[in-house]
Amino acid sequence: MTKKSALILPSRSISRRDALKGIAAAGALSVAPGFVRYAQAQSSAPIKIGFQAHKTGIGAAYGRWYERTTAAAVKAINAAGGINGRPVEIITEDDGTDPKRGAEVVAKLTNQHQCDIVYGTLFSHVVVASAPVAGELKVPYFVVSEGYHVASGKMNRYCFQPGITDVRSQVTAMAPWVSGNLGKKVTMIYPDYAFGHDHRDYFAPAIKAAGGEVIAQIPIPPTESSFTKYFPQIPAETEVLYHVMVGPAVLTFVKELGEFYGSNKPQLFGFIDSLEAVDINSPGLEFLDGSHFWEGSPRYAQANDSEAMKAYRAAVGIDENGAADGDPKDVSTAAHMFGCWETLYVIKQAMEAAGYQGPADRAKLVEATEAIQGFDEGPEHPQGDKVFDGKLHQVYGHQNISKLEGGKLNVVHRTEIKDGMYEAEGDYTQQAL
Amino acid sequence: MNLGKQIFLHLLVIALLAGLEYLLPVYHQGVFARVMVLAVFAMGYNILFGYTGLLSLGHAMFFSAGLYGAGMTVYHLDWGLPLAFLTGIFCAAALSLLIGLLALRTTGVAFMIVTMMFAQVFFLATLYFGEWTRGDEGIVLPQATRLIEFSGLHFDFSNPVTRYYAALVLFAVVLFITLGIVRSRFGRVLVAIRENEERTRMLGYNVFANKLWALVISAGISGAAGAAYALLFGYVGSTFASVQYSILPLLWVLLGGASTTLGPLIGTVLMYYLVDFSSDVLARAVPDWNFSYLGVVGVALILLVLFFPKGILGTIRARWARWLP
Repeated sequence: MTKKSALILPSRSISRRDALKGIAAAGALSVAPGFVRYAQAQSSAPIKIGFQAHKTGIGAAYGRWYERTTAAAVKAINAAGGINGRPVEIITEDDGTDPKRGAEVVAKLTNQHQCDIVYGTLFSHVVVASAPVAGELKVPYFVVSEGYHVASGKMNRYCFQPGITDVRSQVTAMAPWVSGNLGKKVTMIYPDYAFGHDHRDYFAPAIKAAGGEVIAQIPIPPTESSFTKYFPQIPAETEVLYHVMVGPAVLTFVKELGEFYGSNKPQLFGFIDSLEAVDINSPGLEFLDGSHFWEGSPRYAQANDSEAMKAYRAAVGIDENGAADGDPKDVSTAAHMFGCWETLYVIKQAMEAAGYQGPADRAKLVEATEAIQGFDEGPEHPQGDKVFDGKLHQVYGHQNISKLEGGKLNVVHRTEIKDGMYEAEGDYTQQAL
Repeated sequence: MNLGKQIFLHLLVIALLAGLEYLLPVYHQGVFARVMVLAVFAMGYNILFGYTGLLSLGHAMFFSAGLYGAGMTVYHLDWGLPLAFLTGIFCAAALSLLIGLLALRTTGVAFMIVTMMFAQVFFLATLYFGEWTRGDEGIVLPQATRLIEFSGLHFDFSNPVTRYYAALVLFAVVLFITLGIVRSRFGRVLVAIRENEERTRMLGYNVFANKLWALVISAGISGAAGAAYALLFGYVGSTFASVQYSILPLLWVLLGGASTTLGPLIGTVLMYYLVDFSSDVLARAVPDWNFSYLGVVGVALILLVLFFPKGILGTIRARWARWLP
């Protein structure tokens, strides 16, 4: 038993009474929230929105800013009278950016905290694992994820993504501009998992349709921490290097890519996902100067920002460089977090259209959301106007292509909504409520 | 005499779990359904770690072999749930047989490393074959596929009550299988191997064959848990093949008590609520601090090792109830 002994240290006893006290206290805590009820009449009780947040885990930087954006949006909604005259209350649970915990959190927010709906999370694997729970509990589940999951038609009728576009739409919209402005011969470097595969599967046909071609695809296993050995696979005739690296290894990726190419590099096109919450002027990222990025919403304030965008940025608390007011090192996840703001306003719009009073009206809320056709640009949708496909539960919108120059990302092209639209693969309205 | 007490205790636990379905608020019913399935995973792990003394860091591979074996056949081949469930168990057991033939040539730290490396290969394979598995994102098993219908009976595993009792049946069966193994001659040989492998070999036992059987049974039970997880909760994803899910059953078993039949259940329940409460308590106590619940779990485990070195049930057995299996 040497192996076990190594794990076992000399003990000091805790009395059985102490242990029982602890268990009793734990038991009382566990059941208490389930019995808590509002004393007020339902009409004055808050609308409870369960927020499934990446407070910890690999998505924590996104989670932090999703929380701030959510708090700002709820403050604005409540200041304007709430939803149906009722205040909105956010109840946050940490999903640890873990799919198992994510599913548990949806059940907890619904059954224990008695939330009216669940909303929030970003990482696709958490969304996909949570979707069955939402469907079984028949609780509307509004995600701000950008993954091609809700739009795939393979979730269920209670899942919606009304505040941010999906990756298929994004790459479809941008491929013509890449082909027309950066080059025709594209090499793709992407992480060898679902998010990267979506780029691989949808960008290649889109660039072909635009007159270009993908001449090489280089998947990188997610366990890699050094990338030098993959770079010789990049064909010499490559005109555009399309990169979608996500995670802490991205700084190494850029540094090693710079060492590989020196000053003689192809055009670079990447997704800002790689560098969300990272200072674009960090040491080692100089190689990216002059390259282009996708941004859902621009990180840096633009000269032509609308009044709605200015008000949104002020409400969330980001400066002109996209960092937290007063803390330039706390860089935001601006390209995605606007989706939280807009999704909360979609929820408000749908609840008011449904005359939502409580959980008994969840089916009406689903139908009211499905009936929405689009959103106008304005304080509720500062990123821009949008088209909502009620059958697919997915929104379409504008994409921004920004160039990194002078240490800032400047928007050089904004796609049209129709550029990112595709033939739907599903119709959730055919499913029973 | 102990046999009677042991069987009574185990039946009592099963009856208690059945009763909880009526007593618990709906959220905790769901928690217990999930916990019972995960406790089965821990019980499988306990056969190898607790009773045989082999510390594997690759059991996520067996859990997820069951998960994918069941989930892929339902999703892509439209197989019925019973056949899919058995396929999940078979996949895990067959994989463990193959890997055991290689990994069991090593011992101690080397065994840990070899099992971890095989598990990592399996994890990467689930990502590599993303066309079928959807890799890290995973796939949802549609509600309509999670049904069993025969002779006019209708079992819908997306129904929380049906799911609870399905998890309980699996848990009860595996609990008694574990008890049977522990009390059998085979079980005593496994303990002998754990205590002194060389002496067991000198006594004429085929240590390699017994360890291989222990691994296959352990993996088969873990695979059953994985298959049940896929079919009951409707999600299959590669996160369950990651190293984290090799560490978790070790922690559950250590917390509840290694080489105790009921320890895995206790450890899994306590760990679940430790995670669940720590989020709530910390959010209320220090709302401005961005605590990780895993940090709290880590502190709790350090305290556990200091004050309950044999795990909760192991300590109880050592001090008050030596008849506990």
